Amino acid sequence: MIARIGMCAALAAAGLMLGTVAKGEDSPRTAKVDFNRQVRPILSNNCFSCHGPDEETREAGLRLDMRDSAVQPADSGAIAVVPGNPAKSALLERINSHRKTVVMPPPESNKTLSAADKAVLKAWIEQGADFQTHWSFVKPTRPAVPTPKNAAWARGAIDRFLLARMEAEGLKPSSEADKVTLIRRVTLDLTGLPATPTEVDAFVDDKSPNAYEKLVDRLLASPRFGERMALDWLDAARFADTHGFHIDSGRDMTRWRDWVINAYNTNLPFDRFTVEQLAGDLLPNATIEQRVASGFNRNHMINFEGGAVPEEYHMAYIVDRVNTTGTVWMGLSIACAQCHDHKYDPITQREYYKLYAFFHNVPENGLDGSKGNAQPMIPVPSADQSTEIARLDREIAAQRVKLDSAWPELDKAQAEWEQTSAAKGAVAWTLLDPTRMEARGKGKLTKQGDGAVIVTGRNPDKDVYTITAMVGDQPINGIRLEALPDATLKGGGPGRSVNGNIVLTDVTVEVADSEAPNEFKPAQLTSATADFSQPTFPVANAIDKTPETGWGIDGEEGKPHAAVFGLKAPVKPEKGKMIRVILAFESKFSAHQLGKFRLSTTSAADPHSKDAMPAAVSLALAKKSGERTVSEASTIRTHFRTTLSTEGKELARKIDSLATQKATIEAKIPTVMVMAEMAKPRDTFVLKRGQYDQKGEKVEGDVPASLPPLPKDAPRNRLTLANWLVSPENPLVARVTVNRIWQSFFGLGIVKTAEDLGSQGDAPSHPELLDWLAVEFVSPTEQGAGPWDVKAMVRRIVLSNAYRQTSHVTPDLLAKDPENRLLARAPRYRLPAEFIRDGALAVSGLLDPRIGGASVSPYQPAGLWEELMSRSDGKNWSAQEYTQSHGIDLYRRTMYTFWKRTSPPPTLATFDAPDRETCTVRRSRTNTPLQALVLLNDPTYIEASRKLAERMIREGGLAPDEKVVFAFKQIMARRPNANEINILRSIYEQSFNKFRANNAAALKLLSVGESPRDMKLDPAELAAWSTVASVILNLDEAVTKG
Amino acid sequence: MNPRDEYLALLTRRQFFGRTATGIGTAALGSLLNPQIMQAATGTSGGMLGATHFPPKAKHVIYLFMSGGPSHIDLFDYKPKLKDHHGEELPGSVRMGQRITGMTSGQASFPCVAPMFKFSQHGQSGAWVSELMPHVAKAADNIAFVKSVNTEAINHDPATTYLQTGAQQPGRPSLGAWLSYGLGSENQNLPAFIVMISQGSGNKTDQPIFSRLWGSGFLPTQHQGVRFRSGDDPVLYLSNPPGIDPEMRREMLDGVGKLNQMAAQAFGDPEINTRIAQYEMAYRMQTSVPDLTDLSKESKETLELYGIDDSGVDGGFARNCLLARRMIERGVRFVQLMHRGWDQHSALPQQIRGQCKDVDKPSAALILDLKRRGLLDDTLVVWGGEFGRTVYSQGALTKTTYGRDHHGRCFTVWMAGGGIRPGVTYGETDDYCYNVVKDPVHIHDLNATILRCLGIDHTRLTFRFQGRDFRLTDVHGNVVKPLMA
Repeated sequence: MIARIGMCAALAAAGLMLGTVAKGEDSPRTAKVDFNRQVRPILSNNCFSCHGPDEETREAGLRLDMRDSAVQPADSGAIAVVPGNPAKSALLERINSHRKTVVMPPPESNKTLSAADKAVLKAWIEQGADFQTHWSFVKPTRPAVPTPKNAAWARGAIDRFLLARMEAEGLKPSSEADKVTLIRRVTLDLTGLPATPTEVDAFVDDKSPNAYEKLVDRLLASPRFGERMALDWLDAARFADTHGFHIDSGRDMTRWRDWVINAYNTNLPFDRFTVEQLAGDLLPNATIEQRVASGFNRNHMINFEGGAVPEEYHMAYIVDRVNTTGTVWMGLSIACAQCHDHKYDPITQREYYKLYAFFHNVPENGLDGSKGNAQPMIPVPSADQSTEIARLDREIAAQRVKLDSAWPELDKAQAEWEQTSAAKGAVAWTLLDPTRMEARGKGKLTKQGDGAVIVTGRNPDKDVYTITAMVGDQPINGIRLEALPDATLKGGGPGRSVNGNIVLTDVTVEVADSEAPNEFKPAQLTSATADFSQPTFPVANAIDKTPETGWGIDGEEGKPHAAVFGLKAPVKPEKGKMIRVILAFESKFSAHQLGKFRLSTTSAADPHSKDAMPAAVSLALAKKSGERTVSEASTIRTHFRTTLSTEGKELARKIDSLATQKATIEAKIPTVMVMAEMAKPRDTFVLKRGQYDQKGEKVEGDVPASLPPLPKDAPRNRLTLANWLVSPENPLVARVTVNRIWQSFFGLGIVKTAEDLGSQGDAPSHPELLDWLAVEFVSPTEQGAGPWDVKAMVRRIVLSNAYRQTSHVTPDLLAKDPENRLLARAPRYRLPAEFIRDGALAVSGLLDPRIGGASVSPYQPAGLWEELMSRSDGKNWSAQEYTQSHGIDLYRRTMYTFWKRTSPPPTLATFDAPDRETCTVRRSRTNTPLQALVLLNDPTYIEASRKLAERMIREGGLAPDEKVVFAFKQIMARRPNANEINILRSIYEQSFNKFRANNAAALKLLSVGESPRDMKLDPAELAAWSTVASVILNLDEAVTKG
Repeated sequence: MNPRDEYLALLTRRQFFGRTATGIGTAALGSLLNPQIMQAATGTSGGMLGATHFPPKAKHVIYLFMSGGPSHIDLFDYKPKLKDHHGEELPGSVRMGQRITGMTSGQASFPCVAPMFKFSQHGQSGAWVSELMPHVAKAADNIAFVKSVNTEAINHDPATTYLQTGAQQPGRPSLGAWLSYGLGSENQNLPAFIVMISQGSGNKTDQPIFSRLWGSGFLPTQHQGVRFRSGDDPVLYLSNPPGIDPEMRREMLDGVGKLNQMAAQAFGDPEINTRIAQYEMAYRMQTSVPDLTDLSKESKETLELYGIDDSGVDGGFARNCLLARRMIERGVRFVQLMHRGWDQHSALPQQIRGQCKDVDKPSAALILDLKRRGLLDDTLVVWGGEFGRTVYSQGALTKTTYGRDHHGRCFTVWMAGGGIRPGVTYGETDDYCYNVVKDPVHIHDLNATILRCLGIDHTRLTFRFQGRDFRLTDVHGNVVKPLMA
């Protein structure tokens, strides 16, 4: 069995090095061994995990990834590598040993060296054991473009590199594909949609020599190009419409998605594309758009599972950012260094946390997102919304000025009012002045100057506070409890729970007469109101005498709130009378008691009335008018004018109404999560074994030492990191990026492991071509192309002759190059999930062309989410129940389909779409029976077949054969041959006979999908053509780029 | 083998070695493979391993996953001394500062709760089982109870992901996906890895289930589990659209097949032949799946044995157990049941009664039914959750009720059948059911043992991703030899 894996690995190795290396292996003694291509893979695979960069697990004091240490004596005194002297090199002795205790790699590692591997190592030592830095860590230089024998075939540098290699392997390029194939291929590749027959005909008829260039330029200019390119980027950016993890509720990052589409369409150079997404928020005078772009690194999952440890998840977010940045820009498996030094690449664990430090200063919470987007986020209004809000702001300001301006009549009225008894505190809130305060749980209650009470010390899971005070000289009709925020409390308070929420289970008021000061008798509370209550925790719960229910304020933590409780009968003033207020927090929610609060009483007849005077007003009124501060005077004036004067009331009403209008608009403004930087950065530590609570050495932001350094004087922040990535010195980013672009069009990268260009990644099939493309990307020589010009790179690739070849596979080519790494034919592979559905919608005429905007929910089998969630409290969060869209929203491009991470769109997952939980830069490409079931039976495709059938009947001509040709060309571009027409026509005939005999069956089939049926058409005929359309949509060719 | 199959076999073999080994997913391998073709191509049933590392004891696994974390204290881990500590504060010397969830970390007091259920010994093995599980108790002599299973995770999402994939953070393949990848399928018409979910009568606001729990991670996507649902479409999109009868479907498929064969000739791409084969398998699934899920031919006695009725109280768990047996009979490699409702933070006595009523009879019936059909010998049955529950009460402890929070330091998992020594109890916890005192079994050890029962050395079932050879047990795991028959 080991042999089988070994064989696979050997074949894989042979596959990627085909030829050249094989030759090297044939005669290692004579040919110069190339360290990076031949030796490093052997050492990396078999030796580095114990004798590589990771100091922790290094055995025997031997390190084989660097020459200096490899030629030194190891702990045992033996020297592993003695350059030029195989006989003295312990490495060769150990790998050739037959003794189980001596042989390397050791048997328990499950690794074995082949005879060829051993020969390479021997030859390498013989030749002097040259070491090289791993190729991707060396800055690419522009290689000379080779001159192949058949140079006439080559259209540009890409073709020359590819052809030279083909010639070396004894292969010849395939002939050029016909024009019909070509336009279908390039239209799919650049727009994700099939070419329409009109477009096909126009291209075929265009006999000009640059017809293909014109076609490519038209497609690159199409707004569909941005959508198509964004598709791959959404996978890389782990974009989704839900937070993932436990509850997996909804979020809204669609504004960020719009930004990506627009960036590709406006051909934003890739360096700016990079800087804005990694650090747009840090750019000087960052625009809203640049801040939106920074949402890239907020697309990771966010958790708020009850009971989760916030620090643990906060760490997970930062780890995700580091790993994603590592994969997407650096093409390195940096993630490996989270818990220990990287075993293969020169990245230490310490360096991992230096990168971590760049992403660690976001003002975010460990647990967040229960109500949608998580902090930090910004509203991103549309132009209309912005205009309207600005108008309302102006209006409000104007009314405010009026309200505050000199108004002699009102001032006179106010002076008179101030002399009345009403103004002297009759309806005001009076602070309760406690004589005694206690907490059952033995916490400490401390009164502050403003009457607020702070609770510190013991914080049990349940508690009861008792506040006792003397009754003043006014009757008490109501009690007000202010729940106050405080920075020292978790979540900003007012509660002492993990998130600052409270659950006030019961409020009791008791009174004791002066004669019997220890005999408190209850005073009944009959009404309760609050400025805010959590939906399932209304304030009325606080006077229901049920300890299981209470008043909560979740979602509004960190803000002041007030509840007012009305007494059934007033507590009459009497000297020596005492009142006590008992606040119980006895729910099952742990420590949901108040951390800061203030109690006041009122004698107002209706304590809930807005006329009841705020404490601030009554405090101010208590002072003589000459002694009031400016702010106190203003408080009184505003109170008087807005509640007691007709004119002022009118103005206040107007302001209220304007504010409501503004709030209504603001509530509709979509937000987007963005990056932001805390004023005072968090400290970053190496986390031992990658554990969030195992802090080690403190580190500052920096890049790995094996890569070029950051500019000395630059601040250590994300902007510097982003600029460093796209600096000309960076050896990785341009290679990684062009490799991924190449993969998008040839199906496979020049380095097949697009996610890993490090030591363990696959070697490039065409290293010089990769370097040439990388250099050309950054510093183009081609006219019209700018630096980091993505469209120019795509254009260069699709204009190559290699791309334009036929994709026909011959047995000979299949045998010589089964994976098509050498590109002696054009790639042929199944289309991505999104292309397949978009194609069906397009040819049926259903596709909704709108670009960008909110995500939509097309058909999905009933109950799919609910079976996974199905919590009776599921309604507390969004995205728990699938609410299918209707109308045109059913037919938007598939990239706008609502993406729930714990239950991704099922038909897309069937066609290898990832779950978007983490960054993906390379999808699987499978071929399964479930895919057949989707195309055959999913209502999406049944409906598309019906709509295509309607078009066949209406637009396809009179004869059945013409209709067949019409439908076939929609999706395949080419005209079907006579045999194909015959087969399809006979399916029509068979079906038609059946449906003619069974009209009910026809009507059933035609009822699938919400789009209306063309009632003018004969059901049997339409149903029969629907089956033909369905057959066409199911063909291999329909779902394949050929 | 007919010439066309031979041709397909040739292509498949080429793809197998030429493409799959190098990491890009391709056709004709894994969970949804046409195994006859694969067998012809590789001499195996389609798994990456070919022959297993050891002679396999089990060929199939039925994993009864008890989602939410059953209370080992109230079910299996009997501690008579706990009665003496009932209501007393959990000693600090036992808790040792162990981290606890945010749900109880604010509690001022941690009173110990002795279970309010009776325990007695059963069978020749004398296993202690609570009165809540009378049927499982009767089957005790077939079972190995592992009382010392432990995990570092203390919340559902990471703990479940950890148990199923070997890592707390998402991204790795699930156990079933690894088996599909390593061993392939034994049935031509059904997936190798099937998942069924039910909601129990315990905690109805139970934690969600995620598709990643049967995901393929970085393995080619065809190894992901195929979810079977109750209702008319056990597999998504299995049924023909309304108005299309089987005859018409056959005619359409014949048309698709003919046209695809013409394309195969024209383009020479072996992938087209694979697609032809997959369409045929899809067609066969349309018959084989309804046949599988049709329980009408099961005897009344069998239905009663499992306790299948129409009440729906158990959320379909009993039915799923019987389906699991039928899947095993048909050669499905790995059947994963997920039964929710075990997350009993409050009102545990009430909730656990209902929950046990859901699962006790069917779980025991599954063992007995497999045994009498001679299937238990090569079928491994695993029963357990992602963690256990705390000995101290979450919320108030009263005479009639209590709750228990998540507890990862120890919990009980039981196993039966293929490769497992029957009638044993393994591992010991302290008097508080809080810490393991003897023979700890980490979840990596548990997974290593499951693989070992299937003849797999857990260190040698690997897949290279981002330069590293990943495996289910990460860099950990030891086979628990004393559990092996």
